[in-house]
Amino acid sequence: MSLKLNQHISREFNAELERIRSQVLRMGGLVEAQLVHAVQALREGDSELADEVLKADQRINQLEVEIDAECTEIVALRQPAASDLRLIMGVIKTISDLERIGDEAKRVAKMADSDLAGHLPEHMSMEINYMADLARGMLHDVLDAFARLDADDALKIAQRDRQVDLKYESITRQLITYMVQDAKSIPTALAIMWAVRSLERIGDRSQNIAEHLIYLVRGEDVRHVPLDDLLQSANPRKTR
Amino acid sequence: MDTELNAQPSLLQEDSQNAELAVVVRGLHVYYGARLVLDNISLDVEQKQVTALIGPSGCGKSTLLRCFNRLNDLIDDCHVQGQVRLFKRNIYHPDEDVVTLRRQVGMVFQRPNPFPKSIFDNVAYGVRLQHKLGARELREVVRWSLKAAALWDEVKDRLSESALKLSSGQQQRLVIARALAVKPSVLLLDEPASNLDPISMLKLEELITELKSRYTIIIVTHNMQQAARVSDHTAFIDQGRLIEVSDTRSLFTHPKQKQTEDYITGRYG
Ligand SMILES: Nc1ncnc2c1ncn2[C@@H]1O[C@H](COP(=O)(O)OP(=O)(O)OP(=O)(O)O)[C@@H](O)[C@H]1O
Ligand SMILES: [Mg+2]
Repeated sequence: MSLKLNQHISREFNAELERIRSQVLRMGGLVEAQLVHAVQALREGDSELADEVLKADQRINQLEVEIDAECTEIVALRQPAASDLRLIMGVIKTISDLERIGDEAKRVAKMADSDLAGHLPEHMSMEINYMADLARGMLHDVLDAFARLDADDALKIAQRDRQVDLKYESITRQLITYMVQDAKSIPTALAIMWAVRSLERIGDRSQNIAEHLIYLVRGEDVRHVPLDDLLQSANPRKTR
Repeated sequence: MDTELNAQPSLLQEDSQNAELAVVVRGLHVYYGARLVLDNISLDVEQKQVTALIGPSGCGKSTLLRCFNRLNDLIDDCHVQGQVRLFKRNIYHPDEDVVTLRRQVGMVFQRPNPFPKSIFDNVAYGVRLQHKLGARELREVVRWSLKAAALWDEVKDRLSESALKLSSGQQQRLVIARALAVKPSVLLLDEPASNLDPISMLKLEELITELKSRYTIIIVTHNMQQAARVSDHTAFIDQGRLIEVSDTRSLFTHPKQKQTEDYITGRYG
């Protein structure tokens, strides 16, 4: 069943849903920019950019509150059912994950403030960059899928979290090796550890958003369902 | 319960998977003259559960309700084909005693229709036809029914006044009390809350929820939230066809049919 927001008899309701959708996308865009800036600040040791990230976070929090209020209003006044209800519930969960992604970006930016930022070993810098690209790619694509209410894409994106996790594990292993070899590297290594931990969580949260999207489009709750099972059931469903 | 089961072993074996069904409809067609208004309806209604019928005006909900107690027999050019079984008994069988049937299957109509009698007599009417009760017992039944219908407090001091003096919301609760008084096993409610204020409506819903431990209830309502709140199962009918029937939770969160989705979310099909 494809999801159409604009076919309600009440045109005002159509407009409200459309507005919520575009606000979620706006919020997502801001969060994505935060992530990009935070990683850049970390790699280049740019504390001014890091400050900007910290400040811009307020705008994201504010948007979350605004969208939340609008959703509550729709529930109270429109009493949405079925796909409309799932959309509202999905949006409420999605913006909460977006807000947390914003917080993780802020954590990454905070690392840029410390002395070691900008002095990352070249190899580490590349690794972090790569992992950040994976996480950011997930976030970007899931927002894109959200814009199109595309559950099939969301399913593929959800699977990509595995790659982020693998990268996280490999970076962690390398960091431990550094620390074992050279005690002086411990503060730097720990700071990097914090940053990549945040990136790993951003992957998790993007996966959550993908799952909310699948739920709101298809009506099935896919959290805690092994992804392989989902892929198997995804194909027959397409034919409907 | 056990003794009952032991008494009729053959019957149970034969229909054991349907043991909890109150009403079974199979291949039901209803015509007004040449016009087909219910098209091949098959539906199971579970015992001691609330089943809601929803659908656009004119889709055939009231007509379907009237098949459950053969009220359509009273409509001149109405023809009914197919099967309706009530607790396994084919109610369209020639031997069916319609008077007993209608006592067993009580109905509250879409438009409140109190008799031009006192409030008390309205509620007592059916009870008097059925049982020889003493004055005290009869008063007790009337009081219980009016309380159950959330009307008692408003009318307890004016029971001998004409029912026609009541407001339409009060009349609606009165006819509900009248239907309850005879303790039917199946209760058909056709838009019972359409004239009620929100508090009386919630009280009625509360009543329905209470009653379902003893009765099977089929309710027609245009209020989607009401259907969602009170019913266990919901059937969506459109243009005389049963489009979808499922448990209320899934019907209102993820209906299977696009037609249902469009209807309950207020979209044009
Ligand atoms: N006595 C009758 N004679 C002829 N046609 C009738 C009769 N009663 C109902 N109909 C027609 O049968 C169709 C179904 O009517 P019904 O009253 O069952 O609809 P409904 O779903 O209860 O509608 P509403 O929600 O408006 O009460 C309608 O098209 C109606 O015009
Ligand atoms: Mg009707």
